[in-house]
Amino acid sequence: MEFLLPALVFGGILVGLAAALTVAERLLVNYGVCKLDINDGDREFDVDGGQSLLSALNESKVFIPSACGGRGSCGYCKATVLSGGGPLLPTEAPFLTRAEIRSGVRLACQVKVREDIRIKIPEDFLNVKQFAATVSEMKTLTHDMVEATFALDEPAVIEQRAGQYIQLTAPSPEGPVQRAYSISSPPSDTEHVQIVVRLVPGGIGSTYIHNLSEGDEVSFTGPYGDFRLNEDPDVEVVCVGGGSGMAPLKNVILTVLEHWPERKCSLFFGCRTTADVFEELAKKHPNFKIVYALSEPEEGSSWAGETGFIHLSLDRHLEGAEAARQAFLCGPPPMIEAVMNVLENKGVKDEDIFYDEF
Amino acid sequence: MSEISPFLILIAAIFTNNILLANFLGMCSFLAVSKQVDTALGLGAAVIFVTTMTTAINYGVYHFVLVPLGLTILQYIVFIAVIAAFVQFVEMFVERFSLKLYHALGIFLPLITVNCAILGVSLFMIIRSYSFWQSVAFGFGGGVGWMLAIVLIAGLRQKMGYSNVPRPFRGVAIAMVITGVMAMAFMGFAGMVNIQ
Repeated sequence: MEFLLPALVFGGILVGLAAALTVAERLLVNYGVCKLDINDGDREFDVDGGQSLLSALNESKVFIPSACGGRGSCGYCKATVLSGGGPLLPTEAPFLTRAEIRSGVRLACQVKVREDIRIKIPEDFLNVKQFAATVSEMKTLTHDMVEATFALDEPAVIEQRAGQYIQLTAPSPEGPVQRAYSISSPPSDTEHVQIVVRLVPGGIGSTYIHNLSEGDEVSFTGPYGDFRLNEDPDVEVVCVGGGSGMAPLKNVILTVLEHWPERKCSLFFGCRTTADVFEELAKKHPNFKIVYALSEPEEGSSWAGETGFIHLSLDRHLEGAEAARQAFLCGPPPMIEAVMNVLENKGVKDEDIFYDEF
Repeated sequence: MSEISPFLILIAAIFTNNILLANFLGMCSFLAVSKQVDTALGLGAAVIFVTTMTTAINYGVYHFVLVPLGLTILQYIVFIAVIAAFVQFVEMFVERFSLKLYHALGIFLPLITVNCAILGVSLFMIIRSYSFWQSVAFGFGGGVGWMLAIVLIAGLRQKMGYSNVPRPFRGVAIAMVITGVMAMAFMGFAGMVNIQ
């Protein structure tokens, strides 16, 4: 009794406080139904007031990128709020540049819907859908990289451009989180989505994917991303990447070779050991050139190719400064920066370079 | 129960027994949010409101629930729970009825939950066995005292932007030195009224 009473009394007080707060929430946090207008009347929804803009969008089946589950820590869920968003909050400021703040960009997870609200988001986001899919194949590529293939269930087809990515939902102790992965399967395969994932020690998303097995069900939204392949077959495609950056590049290369078997295309890839995915393709397509740069060739192996940094190999092997080129880069920020410099010296214009940092 | 008039307690809580400068309670938000006078005023106002109200609520909970049941040992966690719930309530209320104030105070309200000055005021009220009105006066005075201290130091820190502070002292270090000097200055009020 002597121990039970304090516990009961404290529990009772907590229940009382919680009940009072719940009642207060019902009465106070009730903003009725608000109008959500996207891209000047392109889409209009009625949403419940009082929730965040991000959850109102998700509820209306409009998916914008977000990785942290609405806690305001990833800074991905940017949307331009034209009216009805209230002033900028201190929790958003660190994620926005001055230019973005001036043009009204906000983090959707921090904006609360209290009145009719008008927003602008990139047209592409309106094509984003939520997919339910089943794992159809898990392939181990290296000791820490797997290639996961998902067969789409609902909706059954996906329309994507080469180099776009999906946001996969992974469970975590603090609720589901979203992680972005580039699609490695080409757009012509509309029934599958394939991703390449490197295991990050302690990573929520990569651990989840590495532990998937065939038949498991997954859920993701997509496609996102602004990679846009030039349709002119005379433009040479240059892909530069490292590690698990292969996924979007593989997608771009497969697409290029599928549509234009004779198009000039080259892959510069930094890795520990050569991946043999592309050797077959290189034999079939004379204009597809691969340069691997191994970071640590095995002792005594007969590797006669490039070693060291990929941007140096690129500098040595990319010939002719005048050729029309489009470049796709995927890798860690220092690599992207070094490769951008090389490309600039070779006369590739900024708008023809697409990159994905991770 | 002491027989001091509530008004004297109010004055004492502001000057002679300033919760921050005499007891050094509520230092975390004091050091974190004292870079600009505007924000210091905002946080100070929120603290005044919450200390006054929670002291009154905690007085009721303590004397009408905990004392009759002989559970005064629970005072610490119960007070914390009451303060946390009250802050939540205030946040909802302000958001609903004054969006402008909400955006001004917005991020400060949650900070108050963990401001130990507020728990300190409630505990002093018990230790010094104040009556209800004495408690409310002490709560209000404690809040005003805290606001006075944070606004003073925010003014000083703003001015300090123009002075050449030796490098090892920049930031929080010099703020703590100033707080110490200010605490000594406030000792000049000692003896004016005595509430202990």
